[in-house]
Amino acid sequence: MPATRSTSRSATSCLGISFTGIEKRFGSFFALRAISLQIHSGEFVALLGPNGAGKTTLLRIAALLAAPTRGKVEYRNATYPHPPFDAFETKRQLGLVGHSTLLYDELTAAENLTLFAQLYGLDDVSVRVRNALESGGLGSRAGSLVRTFSRGMRQRLAIARALLHAPGLLLLDEPAAGLDRQGLAWFSGTLERLRKEGCTVIMSTHARNESLDLATRAIVLAAGTVQDDSGEQGDPRPLLAALRADA
Amino acid sequence: MSTARSAAILLAKELRSEFRTRELLSATIVFALVIVVLFSFAFDPTAAESRRYGPGLLWISFLFAGSLMLNPSFARERLNDTMDALRMAPISPFAILSAKMLANFIFMSLVEVVLVPVFSVLYNVSLSGVMVPLILVLVLGTIGLTVTGTVFSAISSHARLREVLLPLLLLPILTPLLIAAVEATASLLVEQPALDRTWVALLAGFDIVFLTASWLLCDYLIEE
Repeated sequence: MPATRSTSRSATSCLGISFTGIEKRFGSFFALRAISLQIHSGEFVALLGPNGAGKTTLLRIAALLAAPTRGKVEYRNATYPHPPFDAFETKRQLGLVGHSTLLYDELTAAENLTLFAQLYGLDDVSVRVRNALESGGLGSRAGSLVRTFSRGMRQRLAIARALLHAPGLLLLDEPAAGLDRQGLAWFSGTLERLRKEGCTVIMSTHARNESLDLATRAIVLAAGTVQDDSGEQGDPRPLLAALRADA
Repeated sequence: MSTARSAAILLAKELRSEFRTRELLSATIVFALVIVVLFSFAFDPTAAESRRYGPGLLWISFLFAGSLMLNPSFARERLNDTMDALRMAPISPFAILSAKMLANFIFMSLVEVVLVPVFSVLYNVSLSGVMVPLILVLVLGTIGLTVTGTVFSAISSHARLREVLLPLLLLPILTPLLIAAVEATASLLVEQPALDRTWVALLAGFDIVFLTASWLLCDYLIEE
């Protein structure tokens, strides 16, 4: 029998992350320079900045999809602040909604979620998949191929996929793209629930959306460096207001 | 989760995706048939010529068909960045690679199941009596082709000219396999067939070397 994993999230399963002296170069181009940030478990961070600021690169490094050219990334939770790095265990606690949907167009919505539930070794796969689809308002389209979905439906399914294994650190890269008013309301409700559960969230955006009101901290990136940071105990609203003014 | 279990889950996904559309399999079978038929028309071989040149024509058809079929193996994962989702999952990179190898082996075997009888008829070569050793040669040759091809498909998937790059990388590397497979097949098509074990051993050696190399290098192959 394959190992299975319960996905009920506890405070100790929430994951914090720290970046120390992160630099990322693509050839001679510096995408990130000397980024040092500590994001504690349970924080909801809005990662702001214009296109090309380095938000996606930073999130990809956090998601273990890209290695920094220089610097160190550490993952930590409340009870075990300096664990020995275990790639599989860390991956189990990471969730990503990226620019692309990370979904297979030629599979149905249910098949996509089932595939990833199995790869994460989750238990009660069919129940979990059904609940995830119904939560995203896609229950009636469970058997439809993803290629027949609208952009907004794909995005809702992409978010459901990222949340399927109840990650302790959720990385969201422009997650509201393509969502209609109803989708945005569902998304904000989902994020609010995650925040109450203590999930750490890092959400990048260059445009204003209502889910940003949930942020407990705002960090502004520009040209690959941290331009501004409201801090863990600070007030993110001035930085979010500046984004609203820019939009 | 074990690598075998992860690979089985991913293999099921590969098979489901392909058999749902059958785009790649249909195109590859038609392409391979066209090559065999064109060779037949171009050379119009006698029975003796078929026994002499047939094995080479057959394996060149497999190689061309394989280079067409293997190309999308990793390239299709770029469509929605699904490779990122697989890389983020808590599974071994070798599970991803081996699932693709197994899927490609199954697809290539299906192409051969269609192609070999057509070859037998068009080239007037009787295969009755040599089917068992011929299947052994085909299996060993196909393992080498799909293992190597899948590895190079992963390497070339990031390149803009990947459709051109894959055959350029793959065909020279497969030269020893081609020679061994052709010679082993030729030993079965002569008037008194007897499987040449030297070439079979070379085929098996090629498979073992590339399978081991792919296992050792899979971390680098799957990473960005």
